[in-house]
Amino acid sequence: MSALLELHGLVKRFQSFTAVNGISLSVPAGEVLGFLGPNGAGKSTTMKMATGFLEPDEGRSLICGIDVMENPAAARANLGYLPEGAPAYGEMPVASFLKFCAAMRGLRGSDADKAIERAVERTELGGVLAQPIETMSKGFKRRVGLAQAILHEPPVLILDEPTDGLDPNQKHQVRELIKEMAQDRAIVISTHILEEVDAVCTRAVIIDRGEIVADGTADELRKLAPGKAASLDDAFRAITMARRSSDAEEVA
Amino acid sequence: MANVLTIFRRELSGYFATPIAYVFLIIFALLAGLFTFYVGNLYERGVADLLPFFNYLPWLLLVLVPAISMRLWSEERRAGTIELLMTLPVSTGAAVTGKWLAGVVFVAVALACTLPMWWTVNYLGQPDNGIIAVSYLGALVLAGVYLAIGGCMSALTSNQVIAFVLAVAACFVFVTAGTPIVLDGLRAVLPEAVISAIASLSALTHYDGVTRGVVDLPAVIWAASMTAFWLFATSVMVEMKKGA
Repeated sequence: MSALLELHGLVKRFQSFTAVNGISLSVPAGEVLGFLGPNGAGKSTTMKMATGFLEPDEGRSLICGIDVMENPAAARANLGYLPEGAPAYGEMPVASFLKFCAAMRGLRGSDADKAIERAVERTELGGVLAQPIETMSKGFKRRVGLAQAILHEPPVLILDEPTDGLDPNQKHQVRELIKEMAQDRAIVISTHILEEVDAVCTRAVIIDRGEIVADGTADELRKLAPGKAASLDDAFRAITMARRSSDAEEVA
Repeated sequence: MANVLTIFRRELSGYFATPIAYVFLIIFALLAGLFTFYVGNLYERGVADLLPFFNYLPWLLLVLVPAISMRLWSEERRAGTIELLMTLPVSTGAAVTGKWLAGVVFVAVALACTLPMWWTVNYLGQPDNGIIAVSYLGALVLAGVYLAIGGCMSALTSNQVIAFVLAVAACFVFVTAGTPIVLDGLRAVLPEAVISAIASLSALTHYDGVTRGVVDLPAVIWAASMTAFWLFATSVMVEMKKGA
């Protein structure tokens, strides 16, 4: 089976700064890809291009084989996206917000009700449906963003820091949700919490300054670090810091 | 099309989610009354019509409509919800249209708040109710043009205050394009053909005719093309600025 999400040579430049420099990836069904990297490495920019929100300067993104720039509406119908910071219309109560998203997804009447009920159950939002989103805590907002993303059971899920701001119990629950949803879907999550990779990801990619610098399972990444009992943190540091020191030598 | 209505409904309920909408409606009705009765001397004229009201309305709308349009796109960008909206299966054009439509309906509600004045002149005499009805429609269409311009200005910036000021300035240019304020200055540097082209862009030229009961083709073409152009420009701006 072909990959549900394919990125081909994505490049994004902001003036003279190249934020993303030729990222290619393919994510088949059943895979949870962890997208790692230091702050400013280009994770969010890559995700924005993958969803079609940002137009890449070069390269293209295909969701279920549909080019996100050529046929945006069809591609987006197959996509659930949690943007960075989980933005939502603050003045809306949770229930109205989810109803709006369902309607935008073409879900009406009892279909919409069922979809909302399922998403609310999975994200445990049942107690706060009447509450305006702006009055809620960070963790609840994140869960509203997640509920919105999974509402229409999309084959491709792109989640930018889905567990940011959640307490350990909520993190666990979101990870269980991601694992459960992964079976027949392609899921990409960005994170800088490395334990997340072990907890949910079947594969991880580390990007640094807009380029992929490591790609493999958690165990494979661990082997990239010096020493025997290396942790993922060690591997992450070894990979991203090595590039900095080699740059410094070049400059010198 | 269904998505246009969904966005329209969300946007309209967004206006009424805070007390701002009600404050706006009350102030609009008060100011409209003030202009009509005190500045426009409705009673002293001794004529049962609403011309004093409709004469001042373009100027009142000039300030109040940008207050409605300023949040349309600025707020989406400030709150980051534009990223959510623009990754839903909806075209930019549909989103722009839905939001604009919500603004138009809100202005219609505001204009409805002035209906007691219509009743008043009917109580005082026998006004030409056909002309008044047409004038109300003309005012709503004019507000629609303002909203299209204001929406475009709102798409330019994530700051609502800047969006407001830009919208007032841009609408002012189109209201006054046919008046000496603008034309006299330009006449010195531009040929007469360009001057008359600029004059034909003026809102007041067309609007004044409508308030006297004359709905001619140029006025209809002006309103339709201005609205279409500015909505299109808004789409372009949203696309260009959304990632910034």
